[in-house]
Amino acid sequence: MSGATDPIASRLPDPLAGYWERDIVKIFGTLGVVYALYLFVGFLLGYDLFGQLNSLRRLTFLVVVYGIAALVVNLHWGYSGLFNIGVVGFMAIGVYTATILSRPVAGQNPTGSLPGFGVPLALAVVAGILAAAAAGYVAALPSLRLRDDYFAIVTLAFAEIVRITFKSSELQEVTVFGWTFGTGGGRGIRTFSNPVRDFFETTGQPLVAAVESLGLDGQVVTDWAFVFVLLAILVGTYWLIARLSASPFGRVLKGIRDDEEATQSLAKRTSSFKIRAFVIGCAILGLLGIVWQGASSGYITPGRFLPELTFFIWIAVIIGGAGSNTGTVVGTILFVGLVLEGPAQVRRVVDEFVGLSGTAPTFPDALGALGGGNVDPILLYVFDQTSALRVVLTGLVLIWLLKRRPQGLLGDRREVASSIDLEERVEKRRQSGSEATPQGGDAD
Amino acid sequence: MSSTSEADATDADAAETVDAAGDAAGTDPILTVDGVRKTFGGVTALDGVSFEVEPETLTGLIGPNGAGKSTTFNVISGAIEPDAGKVTFDGQDITGWAPYETSSRGLVRTFQIAREFETMTVLENMMLPPKGQRGEVAWRSILPGVRGGVQADEEELFERAWEMLEFFDIDHLALEEAGTLSGGQRKLLELARALMLDPEMLLLDEPFAGVNPSLEQDLLDRIEDLRDRGRTFLLVEHDMDLIMEHCERVIVMHQGQTLVTGSPEEVRSEEQVIEAYLGGEVA
Repeated sequence: MSGATDPIASRLPDPLAGYWERDIVKIFGTLGVVYALYLFVGFLLGYDLFGQLNSLRRLTFLVVVYGIAALVVNLHWGYSGLFNIGVVGFMAIGVYTATILSRPVAGQNPTGSLPGFGVPLALAVVAGILAAAAAGYVAALPSLRLRDDYFAIVTLAFAEIVRITFKSSELQEVTVFGWTFGTGGGRGIRTFSNPVRDFFETTGQPLVAAVESLGLDGQVVTDWAFVFVLLAILVGTYWLIARLSASPFGRVLKGIRDDEEATQSLAKRTSSFKIRAFVIGCAILGLLGIVWQGASSGYITPGRFLPELTFFIWIAVIIGGAGSNTGTVVGTILFVGLVLEGPAQVRRVVDEFVGLSGTAPTFPDALGALGGGNVDPILLYVFDQTSALRVVLTGLVLIWLLKRRPQGLLGDRREVASSIDLEERVEKRRQSGSEATPQGGDAD
Repeated sequence: MSSTSEADATDADAAETVDAAGDAAGTDPILTVDGVRKTFGGVTALDGVSFEVEPETLTGLIGPNGAGKSTTFNVISGAIEPDAGKVTFDGQDITGWAPYETSSRGLVRTFQIAREFETMTVLENMMLPPKGQRGEVAWRSILPGVRGGVQADEEELFERAWEMLEFFDIDHLALEEAGTLSGGQRKLLELARALMLDPEMLLLDEPFAGVNPSLEQDLLDRIEDLRDRGRTFLLVEHDMDLIMEHCERVIVMHQGQTLVTGSPEEVRSEEQVIEAYLGGEVA
């Protein structure tokens, strides 16, 4: 009865399709395939173990951080019908709040960079999450009265207002009541030292040393450990959203998504449900902003919070299928592995084997050379534009999806919203019912 | 022509007043709509709608297309706020209440075109409405310790939903997506879903539209059964025979006004009015 509708299950041989039914197999199966592709590319390029581990780490890092954001988009859009295209705005609020609060007080900062309030990092992180949630509340309060598309416009505008505010030179460094702090304006601001890195420079040093004695770069330990911390946050987010969506709360959200007016006339105060769902998502985005943009590089600028990032996150959800947590994660793996990072990988392989040399020509020059039978310039031109290639590839994927599978890869999967297994209960009732009246029931 | 009808309308008003006086001695009306007006731009949709609904009755609301029946429903349920007038339910002024408030209070409506939650299963549709579900508070649905209570609630809710599905004979569809149901099944589901709120009164907007005759009879039997158990029904319907046969009282609307209120016999006897406005369908 359930499920053999997704395009992968129908192409797999029966025994494998049985395994494919399980969510965990779907996720790790997809991840395994993408990992294999990356290992193969690494092999072609002659990477050593460190190189391979590093390439996989970069991929995993991106999958995890995009995955967290995509799960939030799925909570907002897939489960509640809230068209939030201001994802980066809430991430920015989270990380800027945590950063400004945790910067050392003026006079105590040795580097001479921007001072702050000297709040301990753990507290600053909590404050950042709360600030993002509060911003979500403020953004949602007036605009949830609007229809879907207008709500989308408000969230997009909100995110841009946030970014431009952080960028403004007026807020670069200000002194209020004797406290000096600031956003750093367009130049950005140094965030805080990554606790995971700190750990491996002090208490965890022996572990790093042990790995280095095996002839590997000790950096691998630190970087992978950080990825695992992020992975724990992803798992937590998945668990949280899966539980929420499979609960009476999630049931009302799905009702709102399907027909808000009908939900209202069934004694549900829909605006309250929408605001709560929105605020929960925004809090997670605040945390994501802190660990992704804040902790990984140690430096943030407003330029990291462009709407483009929001759209990439959305595309991951669209590929996987809105309304399905598993689909969202699978979609993120495919999007990050193939669309976002794919062009750069292909470019590396082409570089290695075709041996392109020289500088990238202009497009007319490349075309001219192609007319003259020389393929190199056009290849050089194409692969010089990795970020443009991403967008082109994204467009192609979206067009293909629209034509072939508008609901996304796992989009029409049924995820019943109840805190108990309803299918099992129904089975039980049917069995006991058919024992009582062996001939009854199925007449029509 | 118009002067005649106005005279009739006045007569009807007079008759209604007498009725109301007579009823006051017996039971209080559960729903009173008094002088409700509503204009959309320049169009007057409701122009002084007044009627009463007795508890534990099946009351029919009839009138030609555009008479304002659905708008009246929207005003009562709170989807539209009236420009003037008053709606009283069970002794409480509910004018301008939001739909979630009226439905929480025990006044639940269904829609002319069934509005099932199409991507949800029939069972989920049924389990959504009940009030005071502890699991609707987000943290309770998540926290490991507290979640046990939510699950216990859900078990109970499942039993109730299952009984209701059996009552409407759609339990075999429990795990189907509601969007895949036939038109008639959707109507059944919508009524069953509304009943999960255990309402005192139901506003049914054309509950039999698109329902086949045998199912229609089933549905009617169930509505009458529920009425006998103490529920009140106000239903919009175009099938005159059905209204005349099954409703204790009938309200006739025309051009945003209540024209006649009375028993089917009384309304039938206002033949001229009926003939003038309904084209003699019941003659």
